[in-house]
Amino acid sequence: MSEYNNFGSGELSNKKQEVMEQVRGELAMANAQELINKINEKCYLKCVPKPGARLESGEQQCLSKCMDRYMEAWNVVSRSYVNRIQRESQSQMM
Amino acid sequence: MSQPQFSENDQRELAQFLEAENAKARIQQTVHSLTDTCWDKCIAKVNNKLDRSEEACLSNCVERFLDTSLFIVKRLEDLRSTGM
Repeated sequence: MSEYNNFGSGELSNKKQEVMEQVRGELAMANAQELINKINEKCYLKCVPKPGARLESGEQQCLSKCMDRYMEAWNVVSRSYVNRIQRESQSQMM
Repeated sequence: MSQPQFSENDQRELAQFLEAENAKARIQQTVHSLTDTCWDKCIAKVNNKLDRSEEACLSNCVERFLDTSLFIVKRLEDLRSTGM
């Protein structure tokens, strides 16, 4: 029968790390899920304009490229946005 | 059977950590939303890489969206102060 009342400080700091890792992990998953959903939506629109009986190889190639382009676009947007936030917060501190 | 509590220090650290992660998550959510809008505006065709004009368009798209946001807030304040 394990004792719950007598954790050493070692176990508690592990527990804290565990909680932090879990939160990081869940947020990362949610972010990845959102990205996947967006890619699915945007790339289907661009690459499969007239859905046929199967995904043709040309459509598949387009989808691969589109995934890469979308992730690059996401990075460009992210950099622009973060830079802008930093600039705004700096100009407000003056 | 009682669970051990985190110390005050740990609680504070966890609270700060959660606040920081939440702020990061809000930023990422905004990036998703901006990428959605700006992809539609800026990427006509899927090529083998993003060319310079597409990158510039994406960057401008973000900046102008934020300018728009500030503009709207300011105009609402003006309207309020002139007794809308």
